[in-house]
Amino acid sequence: MTGSVGILSFGAYIPYNRLDRSEIAEVMGSGGGRGQRSIASYDEDTTTMGTEAARIAWRDVPDIPLDSLWFSTAWPAYMEKTNAAAIHAALRLPSEVVAADFGGAARSGIAALDAALRAGTTSNTMVAVSDIRVGLPTGKDESEGGDGAAAMVVGASSEAAPVVAECLAIASATEEFTDRWRGSAEVAAKQWEERFAESMYLPLADRVWKQALEQASLAEEDIDVAIVTGTHSRSVRQVSSRLKVRHIADSLASSVGNTGTAHFMVLLAQQLELAAPGQTIAVVSLIDGVDALIFKTTPALASHACSRPIASQIQAGSLLRYGKYLQWRELLEVQPPNRLEPSRPSASAAARNIDWKFGFVGSKGRPSQTIHLPPARVSISEQDPPDAMELVAMADVLATVVTYTVDRLVYSVSPPVVFAIVDFEGGGRLPVELTDVAPQDVEVGMKVEMTFRRLFTADGIHNYFWKARPARS
Amino acid sequence: MSSNGIKDKVAIVAMGCIPFREHWDKSQDDMLIDATQLAFEEAGLTKHDIDAYWIGTATGGNGGFVLSAPLKLHGKPVTRVENFCATGSEALRNAAYAVASGAYDTAMAVGVEKVKDSGYQGLVGGGVWNDGTKRNLTAAAMYSLVLPAYAQKYNVDPDELRFAVAKVAEKNHRNGVDNPLAQFRRETSAEKICDMPAVAGSLSVFDCAGVADGAAAAIVVRAEDAHKYCDNPLYIKALSFVSGTGAGLIDPSYDYTTFPECAMAAQEAYRQAGVADPRLELAMAEVHDCFTPTEMVLMEDLGFCERGTAWKEILAGTFDVDGDLPVNTDGGLKAFGHPVGASGLRMHYECWLQLRGQAGERQIDLANKTLGMVHNLGGYPGEMVSFVSLVGNQMC
Repeated sequence: MTGSVGILSFGAYIPYNRLDRSEIAEVMGSGGGRGQRSIASYDEDTTTMGTEAARIAWRDVPDIPLDSLWFSTAWPAYMEKTNAAAIHAALRLPSEVVAADFGGAARSGIAALDAALRAGTTSNTMVAVSDIRVGLPTGKDESEGGDGAAAMVVGASSEAAPVVAECLAIASATEEFTDRWRGSAEVAAKQWEERFAESMYLPLADRVWKQALEQASLAEEDIDVAIVTGTHSRSVRQVSSRLKVRHIADSLASSVGNTGTAHFMVLLAQQLELAAPGQTIAVVSLIDGVDALIFKTTPALASHACSRPIASQIQAGSLLRYGKYLQWRELLEVQPPNRLEPSRPSASAAARNIDWKFGFVGSKGRPSQTIHLPPARVSISEQDPPDAMELVAMADVLATVVTYTVDRLVYSVSPPVVFAIVDFEGGGRLPVELTDVAPQDVEVGMKVEMTFRRLFTADGIHNYFWKARPARS
Repeated sequence: MSSNGIKDKVAIVAMGCIPFREHWDKSQDDMLIDATQLAFEEAGLTKHDIDAYWIGTATGGNGGFVLSAPLKLHGKPVTRVENFCATGSEALRNAAYAVASGAYDTAMAVGVEKVKDSGYQGLVGGGVWNDGTKRNLTAAAMYSLVLPAYAQKYNVDPDELRFAVAKVAEKNHRNGVDNPLAQFRRETSAEKICDMPAVAGSLSVFDCAGVADGAAAAIVVRAEDAHKYCDNPLYIKALSFVSGTGAGLIDPSYDYTTFPECAMAAQEAYRQAGVADPRLELAMAEVHDCFTPTEMVLMEDLGFCERGTAWKEILAGTFDVDGDLPVNTDGGLKAFGHPVGASGLRMHYECWLQLRGQAGERQIDLANKTLGMVHNLGGYPGEMVSFVSLVGNQMC
C-alpha cells in the first residue's frame, strides 16, 4: 500500500442549526417541503466552517508534512483576499505551506480534490470545501440547499500515515453550457430550463463513468457504493437510477440538504465513516461537466478516529425559526440594537497576535505552569520571570463553565449574547462568548469546546476569533 | 518603599455639584462652568485664587484644555486625568497630593462627563485599536456574573439572592427621593424590580445605575490653612488606589464573589487613617453601586460585614439610612446616574454635606462619629481599579 495515493484523513462539519422546511410554507404560503436543511449560524461563514472541517481532518494526522492547503467554495467570505489563509492560520500550519482558494464555482470543490489526487505522488494537500447555499424565499434552492463543509488530507501512503482510501480512478469531462449561474453581487442563482442541461449531463456521465471503471479495472457491479451528486437534481436522479452498483449513497437530502461545492466530500466522508476496509466507493459529480472518482478503503480505515462523526453532528442539530434564518442570511433586515457597532479590527494588531486570534494559543509561565489567555510576557505568578513563557495550543482543550450571563443589551448580529467564564482542563481561564446554545440551556459546570467563528464584520473586514460551544464531540 | 498617606495634611474647603440629569440643554463646558462656580462661591474665591487644576473626564476630551478653555484659565497648570469610572476621585487624589507636597497652596479637582450626546443607550466608551479578540459584553452583564457564582459559593437560593440585591436598588432609590440633585427621585420596590424583564443575567434595567450628565468640583488646601476659607472643613484622612492586574480574567482561582482590588484599597485606607472597625467607626459610606450585585459584594470587600453575609445584612436593613452603617445616603449611582468623570466627586460631595450637618431632610444621625468613606471603582470583576478615601470633620 505504501506509495499509493489517496485519502490520508477526512472530516466533515455540519452546522448546528436546522430549518424545518415545512415552516417555509407556514410563513410564506408556499415553498418548502419535507425534512430539514442545515443552516450556518450568523457567526459562521464558509471559511469558519471549512476551518472546523479541516480541524477534524487534521486532528488525526497532525504530523504529516503538508505542502498545500486548498479551499473551495461558491460562497466566499472574501473576494480578492485569500480565504484559505485564515484556515491556514487557525490550523497553525507552517508558513511554507501554500494556502490558496479554488474560488467561485460549485465545481471548484471536486476539481480541487481531483488536482490534489493527481499531485498526490509528490505532495500532501489539505483540501477543504465549504458552502452556504442561499436561495430566494420559497424557491427550490432555499429548501433543497444545505450548509456544510468537509476536508480531506490527500497524498501518498506512508508507514506513518497510510491512506485510508486509495484512489483507483480520476475521470472527468468538461463542457461549456449554461445550467446554473449567479453574478458576483447576486444572492440567488438562476437555472436554465432543466431538460436542456439534462441532455448535456447524461451522455457526459455515461462516458466519464465508463472511463473511471476502466481506469480502476472494475466492473460496475464491483462498486459497493456510489455517491451521485451535483447541482442539477434531475440529472442526479437519472444517473443514480442508471448505475448498476450495489448501493447508491444516501444524499442527506432530508437532514442536511445539498451543500453545493462541499456536498460530494460531505457524502464521501460519511461513506468513509460507514465503510469497512476493502470496500469500493465511487463519486460521480454533475456540475458544469462530470467528475468521477473511485476509491478503495484500506485496513488503515479501521484505525481512523472520527472525532466528530457526521451522524452525531446531524443528530445534534437544533431547529431555527425561519425568520431568524432569513435575518441571518440578510434576506430580511431587522431592527438593530441601539448600540454602537464594533469598529474594524486592526490588521497590524491582528497580524502581531495571529497565534492567539487564529490559532487560539496561550502561554504558559515557567516554572509556575500558569496558563495565560491571551499569551502574556509577564506572568500573574510571582514565581515566573518576565519573557519566560512557552506557547501552548488550547483550541482542542475542553473547558468548564464557572459562571455565565445572558446580555440582552450589547451589540450583536443576533442578540442576546450568551457569555461565560470558562476554565480549561489543565489550567487557563477565558471569559468567552458561547454559541450554538440556547440561553436557558447554559449551566455552571457545563463542558464546552472551542470553535472558530466570525464575531462580526466591520468595514468589510471579517473579525475571526474563537467562541465556546457545548461539548458535543 | 512605603505608602505613607497624607492624613490631616489636606482639607476640602469648598465643593460644588450640579444636578445630575439628561442635560440636553447644557454642554460639557456649561457643566464645568456651573460646577466650578458653585465651589468658588462657597469658598469665596475666584478662578485666579486657585494655583493648579485637575480635570477628570473619561471621554470628554484630552489635555488640560478641557477645563482651561471653558474657564479661560490664564497661565494655570491644568492636568487631565482618567482612571476609568474612578476618574473623578482620581482628580481629587492628585490635587490633594499636589497640595500636600507643598507645590501649591490651593488646588481644584473637577470631574465631568457628557454622556447623553452619543445617541446610544448606556455609556459609550471609545476603545483602543485592537486585534478584534476583546470581549463584547456590557458592564451590566459582567457584573451579573457575580450572582450565580455567589449563590453557589454561599449556598444561597438564587431567587432570595436576586431579591436581596433588588433591595439595594430599593434603598438607593428611596435615598434619592429627598435629594434635589439626584436624577431619579421616585421610590420603587424590590418586588417590582424582580418582576421586570432581565436585560443582563438576572438583572433588570433597575439593577443598573442610571445614565446622566453631570459635574462636580472640590477645592483643597493645606489643612492648617483650611479655616481661612471655611469654618468647618473636611479633612482627608486617607487616599488609596489599586489598579488590578486583570488576573481574574486569567486565573481560575478567582471566583467572582469578591473584588480583590477593592478589598486591598480599603485595607490600605484603613491603615492610613488608623481605622480598626469600619462598621463601628464610619458614620457613612458612599460606595460604587454601578449595579446592585456590586454594592452587595462591596459590603464584604470593604469590611462592613463577614463574607457570605452581605445579602442577609441588606435584607436586615444594616445599610439603610437608619441602619448600623448608612450607605449611599444620597441615592448613589442608582439615583444619580453615572457621569463617569463626575461620580467620584459627587460621592465626596455627599460626605461634605452629611459630615458637616448640611444634608437637610436627608441628614443622618452621625452618632458622634466623624468619618465618612468614599469608594469608587472602575472596570469589571476580574480587572478593576479601586479608589477609597476616608474623610473626617475633625482634625485629630
